[in-house]
Amino acid sequence: MNINLTLIGQSITFLVFVWFCMKFIWPPLVAALEKRRLQIADGLAAADRGKHELELAARKAADSLKDAKAQAAEIVAQAEKRAGQIIEEAKQAAHAEGERQLAAAQAEIEQEANRAREALRAQVAALAVAGAEKILRREISPQTHADLLNQLKAEL
Amino acid sequence: MHNLLIDQDGMTHETLTAGEYIKHHLQNLVYGRLPDGTWAFAASPGQAKSMGFMSINVDTMFFSIFLGALFLLLFRRVAVRATTGVPGGWQNFVETVVEFVDKSVRDSFTASNNMVAPMALTLFAWIFLMNLMDLIPVDWLPRLAHELGIPYLRVVPSTDPNVTFGMSLTIFILMLYYGIRIKGIGGFLGELTLQPFGKFALPANLLLEGVNLISKPVSLSLRLFGNMYAGEMIFILIALLFSQGVILAVTGGVLQWVWAVFHLLIITLQAFIFMTLTIVYMDMAHQEHH
Repeated sequence: MNINLTLIGQSITFLVFVWFCMKFIWPPLVAALEKRRLQIADGLAAADRGKHELELAARKAADSLKDAKAQAAEIVAQAEKRAGQIIEEAKQAAHAEGERQLAAAQAEIEQEANRAREALRAQVAALAVAGAEKILRREISPQTHADLLNQLKAEL
Repeated sequence: MHNLLIDQDGMTHETLTAGEYIKHHLQNLVYGRLPDGTWAFAASPGQAKSMGFMSINVDTMFFSIFLGALFLLLFRRVAVRATTGVPGGWQNFVETVVEFVDKSVRDSFTASNNMVAPMALTLFAWIFLMNLMDLIPVDWLPRLAHELGIPYLRVVPSTDPNVTFGMSLTIFILMLYYGIRIKGIGGFLGELTLQPFGKFALPANLLLEGVNLISKPVSLSLRLFGNMYAGEMIFILIALLFSQGVILAVTGGVLQWVWAVFHLLIITLQAFIFMTLTIVYMDMAHQEHH
């Protein structure tokens, strides 16, 4: 328990250890720690940035989706309108065609009727002439009264 | 009694008394100059005492240098391969210790000096390792040394006041050095003589501040020494129980375990206190007084 040369030996040993630690141990360790701290800070910042960008992208995607949906709805509406129009047009066309055919049929019928009437008229005229001939055989020649007869025929 | 022998020739197989056992455990292996002028290992406590200052505690030097070198080696290995990537197990541990010391220095040391933090780390790790030797059962290494023909061996360097004073006096010199370098010789002497009572009470100031200054290294080393010495003494006393019959031996075993667990706290705490106070003292040495 007595103080002796060990005291000096220990002092020197202590100083040598401190010197070694200061020279070869402390700086690289602290430098590595500091570097890792910076790396972690960078990593965290990058993660934050990434998260932010992801949020932006998600918002953008939602917007695009909304736009696309609106556009699709518009297209569908237009298509429906167009379909309605086409149906309407077809209806009108069919109606007009019907009308036209009806008119044509009516015209044809009228023509037929006219033709029949014409024929009838001719026959009535012939009958009337024949009747009149029988009655007026003697005094009336067909040649002298042809004008009168024709006039009559036109009146019928 | 315990079967450790003090006889070098091995002829007499006397067993030790309790007092002799304790004394034997507290005796360093001393190499020094005998009164007749020759250099040799001391064969007895009396001979060691007669050597006076011109002697050296070989066991203390061996274990302290061995443990200090172990610390430097283990930390150096990490320092060489320190990666900024994911640290492995040992690197993780070393980094934890370094960060802990770094934080302590940042908290207490306000000036800038590149030496303080490495010194704090060295102190903390070295003292911790030296204290840790206390947890090796007290008889193992001395018994082994005895088998190898070494008569005395103290394995806990921090129970040797040479070690604790060696560190605290070095720190004291550094305190004086930095104190004078930062404040100038006038500032340093002024701090010692012109406060707290002003220049008309110079002797009183000198007395107060002088005691204050001297008490720092003394308390620093005596605190560590006292704690470690008392701790080791208790281990030795517990070890005495092992040869007192089965019941006491079992009690001793339990006590040794309990004390070892408690001591684990003490050795860490003492290393931490020594480190922290050194940082604080160095900070004081760097502070300009206003």
